[in-house]
Amino acid sequence: MDDNKTDIKDFLAFAYSFYKTVKEFKINLVYEGEITHQIIKAFTSLTETNMEIDEESTSIQKKVFHVMVESLQNISKHADYLETENQRKEGRGVFMLGKNNGNYCITTGNVIARANVENIKNQLIKINSLDKEGLKTLYKQQIREGRLTHKGGAGLGFIDIAKKTGNKLNFNFLSLNDDFSFFVLTSTISKNI
Amino acid sequence: MEVIKIIGTDDTPNVILDANNNIFEISGRSLPEDVASFYEPILDWLDDYSEEANKKTIFDFKLVYFNTASSKLILDILLKLEEMYEAGKDVLVRWHFPDDDEDMEEAGEEYADIVEVPFEQVGYSLD
Repeated sequence: MDDNKTDIKDFLAFAYSFYKTVKEFKINLVYEGEITHQIIKAFTSLTETNMEIDEESTSIQKKVFHVMVESLQNISKHADYLETENQRKEGRGVFMLGKNNGNYCITTGNVIARANVENIKNQLIKINSLDKEGLKTLYKQQIREGRLTHKGGAGLGFIDIAKKTGNKLNFNFLSLNDDFSFFVLTSTISKNI
Repeated sequence: MEVIKIIGTDDTPNVILDANNNIFEISGRSLPEDVASFYEPILDWLDDYSEEANKKTIFDFKLVYFNTASSKLILDILLKLEEMYEAGKDVLVRWHFPDDDEDMEEAGEEYADIVEVPFEQVGYSLD
């Protein structure tokens, strides 16, 4: 009984510290769960409305929309799952949208098989090494040579995000166990573009 | 030939493929839940059309947004138009973009680089 009470107290404290952390990092939207087409539509539509209210330029609005769609679709198409979890489902992850000093920050986090880490890391390092022209060339090469996967992925998402934002992609891989890692990706849309 | 007419939604584009009236147009937003199945009838239609194409085909793209998955399918459409052009048909692609949308203009330039088909960029004002 006492244990239960402590649990609830801890939980209420957690709710408040979570709220504080979200405020501290200036996060406007945070979600953990399955990323479906409906979720993507809801989040982009909500964000569009907020950007209208904030009177953002059309250019910023379009870029934020682009990066949100590609980031969310990356989770829905590529996220793996931990076998130990009860929710054995693909396509789940964390999504966060923040706005700090006028810059939009879009973050995704999801489980991936460790076997894929090297490949993703190399792609991201390559993309970060390229300038605007280099990204265009890579995009044209990938759109010509790449094939649509059965889930509808074109292998263009990261390149497109880098092209549209003009900023480097920040990423990290945290090891979860022998077979899985947690992949975090953050992209920024600067207010002055 | 049958006419394809799809009314756009907030995640799928307007599509008109009407050989009799010489209207070939894709416009609006494209981020369908299942891109392959959305574009499949359009690509099939173009296959049939290329067998008996009009004297001149002007294909208008007037998209305001498309995701990367759609970009691959748009390229497939352009490649079909390229095939028609290479087979001696008169084909013109018109890529419309809002004047203030550099990314959409650039997307047109990139497609024009990839496919060998007469390609015209047309800027328009939203006002």
